[in-house]
Amino acid sequence: MSLAEVSTRRSAYWRLQRSELRLVLGRRRNVVLLLGLAAVPLVLGLVLFFTQDTALDGQGPPFLDRVTGNGLFLVVASVFVCLPFLLPLTIGIASGDAIAGEASAGTLRYLLTVPVGRSRLLMVKAVGALVFAAAAVSAIAVVGLVAGAALFGVHDVTLLSGDTVPLAAGALRVLAVVVYVGLSLTGLVAVGLFFSTLTEVPVGAMAATVVVAIVSGVLDTIPALSAIHPALLTHHWLDFAEFLRIEPDWGVIGGGLAVQLAWVAIFGALAWSRFTTADVSS
Amino acid sequence: MTAPATTAPAVAAPADVDAAVRTQGLTKRFRSGQVAVDGLDLLVPRGAVYGFLGPNGSGKTTTIRMVLGLVRPTSGAAWLLGSADPGPVLPRVGALVEGPGFHPYLSGRANLARLDAADATADPRTADQRASHALERVGLLAAEGKPYRQYSLGMKQRLGLAAALLRPRDLLVLDEPTNGLDPQGTREVRLLIRELAQAGTTVLVSSHLLGEIEQVCTHLGIMSRGRLLLQGPRDVIDARGVARAAVTVTPGHVATAAGVLRVLGLDVTVEELTLSADLGALAPARIPAALVHAGVDVTGFEVRRPSLEQVFVELTGEGFDVAR
Repeated sequence: MSLAEVSTRRSAYWRLQRSELRLVLGRRRNVVLLLGLAAVPLVLGLVLFFTQDTALDGQGPPFLDRVTGNGLFLVVASVFVCLPFLLPLTIGIASGDAIAGEASAGTLRYLLTVPVGRSRLLMVKAVGALVFAAAAVSAIAVVGLVAGAALFGVHDVTLLSGDTVPLAAGALRVLAVVVYVGLSLTGLVAVGLFFSTLTEVPVGAMAATVVVAIVSGVLDTIPALSAIHPALLTHHWLDFAEFLRIEPDWGVIGGGLAVQLAWVAIFGALAWSRFTTADVSS
Repeated sequence: MTAPATTAPAVAAPADVDAAVRTQGLTKRFRSGQVAVDGLDLLVPRGAVYGFLGPNGSGKTTTIRMVLGLVRPTSGAAWLLGSADPGPVLPRVGALVEGPGFHPYLSGRANLARLDAADATADPRTADQRASHALERVGLLAAEGKPYRQYSLGMKQRLGLAAALLRPRDLLVLDEPTNGLDPQGTREVRLLIRELAQAGTTVLVSSHLLGEIEQVCTHLGIMSRGRLLLQGPRDVIDARGVARAAVTVTPGHVATAAGVLRVLGLDVTVEELTLSADLGALAPARIPAALVHAGVDVTGFEVRRPSLEQVFVELTGEGFDVAR
């Protein structure tokens, strides 16, 4: 293959990828979903702002009590609040819809006869779902940062260990939290993509994806199953807290990311082998 | 590329593999055990307008899906424009399969732009031109900005045709293109097929309504229960059925006319003033000539060929509209 051919192929790939991103990010349902997620830090911030000098101050889940002292923690608290259900739901919708949505609209058969190679289409769809996941986490983070700064101001960061680091270093740690959470969702994206290749009913794939995340969370609470806990999809999600210790345990962080990588590899391969051999009768 | 890897045993390419569409022993057995397509040897010559006819559920769409690489055959093989792998030749094939399929919340034009963006062989600089041309061709330019979900059934079908015509094609595969269209729309589709065929495009058009597209076809293939009952040039198929002649004469001439026809070797049935008989090998023109020669006043003469529908009923023993 000549260099010119390679560059033509590459630009052809990006043309479809851009079209896919416009489709995913321009769709009203998805925009509403992002706005809903973005509202979480806003609402959370306002509630904390108006209750800060009452008896309710400092109660609730971890990180929440630190927000009034430092707006940066609104980012962390918001991500923490969204992690158990809202983010899995968002991922389920984005990835479950990927192939099944095209199948149910009848557009899949037309894309394939254009023709678009099945591996190429799956790649484009996976990137689309990942970008949407990143957009979801970013929406929470950006609005959390802006609302937190406006309501509470940003200051040097007091870590979980009690040590204080300067604002710049603290902000970097919060950014690391956000990136870690984003990467923690990739395994679920792969699971959703696989379900999406199994059905022509997008809602089914979406629901199944959310159920996987919930079941994983439930299994994680059963001590008798502690042997399988480290491999669970959601087990390491809260390890983002490592970035808020003076010396993050890179082993823990690396382990969390490795588990996601394994889920991506397994379910990515399943999605690929299913989609490249399936009869398209939708 | 697009076709799932074929695991079916290799089938030796037939001599006419270079046809627009050729299948050999093409078979699809679904997991339920139902055989949708059974040993099909389809031959669509280049330049033909091939009418692919059969009742609903006779296997036409499954055949088309296999030819386009959407469904993997259980056994047998298919060649599209001479290629056993549809991937490389599909850019030269326009397809409308089992009704239009578009994103409901995107406009007609945006839907075409999406398909164009998916085509790795299309030049992005001329994408708008292509879409405009295709929309104009199907008379949808005025409604191009409306969301697809607001389109009427006929407009949806037209957008499907526009997508098939997005680029110049060597072959058009149109599965039930007249579904949902009113008589005027159906006429327009026929006209479009005729125009495309005149420009050299091969057209494979399926329908479960015999009369609808029969008139524009140069070739016919008739399916029933997953099998191809009959295929070939249209005139050959037309000549299959036994033609029947009917002569109407003035009241005093019935007996004379019957005598003349019997001399010609025909088995005559008389019904009031009308005499009819199967023609067999007899040239129809000899009948009026012989009658006039015998001084019979002929007031009417007609040769009826059995309709395709009658041929179908003859071959299957059941009506065409019977779904299985």
